[in-house]
Amino acid sequence: MTAPLLAIENLTRDYALRGAGGAPRSLRAVDDVSLTVEAGSIFAVVGESGCGKSTLARIVMALDRPTAGTVRLGGDDLFALKPRALARRRRDFQMVFQDPYGSLNPRHSVGRIVAEPLHLLDDAPRGGAREALVARALEDVGLPASAAGSYPHEFSGGQRQRIAIARALITNPKLVVADEAVSALDLSIQAQILRLILSLRDRHGLTVLFITHNIGVVDEIADRVGVMQAGRLVEAGPVREVLDHPQQEYTRRLLAAEPTLAVLGRRRKRA
Amino acid sequence: MLAIRNLSIAFPGPDGPVRVVDGVSLEVARGESLGIVGESGSGKSMLSLATIGLLPRSARTSGEIRLEGRNILGMSERALCGVRGRRIGMIFQEPMTALNPAMTAGQQIAEGIRLHRAAGRAEARAEALRLLDRVRIPDPARRIDSYPHEMSGGQRQRVGIAIALALKPDLLIADEPTTALDVTVQKEILDILDELVADLGLSLILISHDLGVIARSTDRTLVMCRGRAVEQGTTEAVLRQPTAAYTRDLIAALPRRARAGLGAAAPLAAGDAR
Repeated sequence: MTAPLLAIENLTRDYALRGAGGAPRSLRAVDDVSLTVEAGSIFAVVGESGCGKSTLARIVMALDRPTAGTVRLGGDDLFALKPRALARRRRDFQMVFQDPYGSLNPRHSVGRIVAEPLHLLDDAPRGGAREALVARALEDVGLPASAAGSYPHEFSGGQRQRIAIARALITNPKLVVADEAVSALDLSIQAQILRLILSLRDRHGLTVLFITHNIGVVDEIADRVGVMQAGRLVEAGPVREVLDHPQQEYTRRLLAAEPTLAVLGRRRKRA
Repeated sequence: MLAIRNLSIAFPGPDGPVRVVDGVSLEVARGESLGIVGESGSGKSMLSLATIGLLPRSARTSGEIRLEGRNILGMSERALCGVRGRRIGMIFQEPMTALNPAMTAGQQIAEGIRLHRAAGRAEARAEALRLLDRVRIPDPARRIDSYPHEMSGGQRQRVGIAIALALKPDLLIADEPTTALDVTVQKEILDILDELVADLGLSLILISHDLGVIARSTDRTLVMCRGRAVEQGTTEAVLRQPTAAYTRDLIAALPRRARAGLGAAAPLAAGDAR
């Protein structure tokens, strides 16, 4: 049995609430969460707004620090690393954000945007080798290499999300954290991006921590799923087990609230 | 009750007029709920704005929008004021931006009642309280004096519905009313809209990109694509036996869980990713 690529143990994050006067209070955004993600698999974290899923994503990306607990990537405790060593590890974990309009600098060419994370590499290629790397990353996500010379506004939402994925993949990371990466997209585009992520997992053995509020998307893409509510991971397991045989009341409520076409014909007929 | 005939809406563009709604016709009967479904840019929101006379000034329209026989298109602003609120109530997607942040829930609900029905302050407040109870806001006696920022998204949308109901309209237009909400809250809001149609006999136009929402809360459905109505019929027929290729694509793009109930639903194939 190999060690998991990502191991989160007893992770807790408190935020101080600054009110007008009164005793200082704190909000526990993430509450004693433990989970592991195997290499080459997709782990979805699903929950409603305020459940702590985005805070969890930010901590795994080392964009925020935990109050307690550890995050191990390939065995290394991210928060025990010295700043320089952490900076060097950042090539191994990259992020795709929700909004393909807000997350790409409109004044930079697509080539520059996709190449940006290469500064994390000590031996970053230059000149023609760099261009070839960008071209390969773009083609890998289904865009033409010529896209490098264009600007974000020339692309649709789905194409922009492909650019964001190419940027996340250019350092050949071990882990990609995707925070609501398909939530802003029209349905048909959403399905294309989900297929792309599945194909990247299958072709490159990509490991993904996929944060979403959408159970339907979890069902399509995840190998394993964790359900978060009020900072806690209330249930986790293989996606079929959790979605088909939910053990927790909250998971059942979440599943039942999802609108599906199964209700067709059940609507009360009126005169 | 509402009959739209051959409605077209165009905006001036650099290369001539751009048609965002193109020859759409539809009808909504009393007590009926019509779903309008389409992706971004399909023209579904422009169609609803036209129905309450809120199109931007630069819009050029042709066709007819008849509300109980009277054509709304080309009505004076004065005449439109009698339609908005009284005949047609509108519920918007973003309750945070649709509500006035500087007014309490009660004041916003009462505003229309005092303006249109010449009701006194106490009478309007009593009516606001009744409406907050109607949309099942928890603790209405306290919430009536709350400001939007003190409420959750679901509570704000309930206030939005109460405002739309304040003038006892015959028709409610809800434009993506639950898109910004969590699924469990979405269910509560849709339950309220279903009740208003069933109990008060209101007509509802529910605009959504979500076929699951359309399936549970509408009697008939109109599918829009690039400004055109590509398909129209009972919701069950449209979703079970779609005739337009676009409708079939839309259904095929649903996650398989959402398609459950339509029969065999194949998972997304990773193979054809590119």
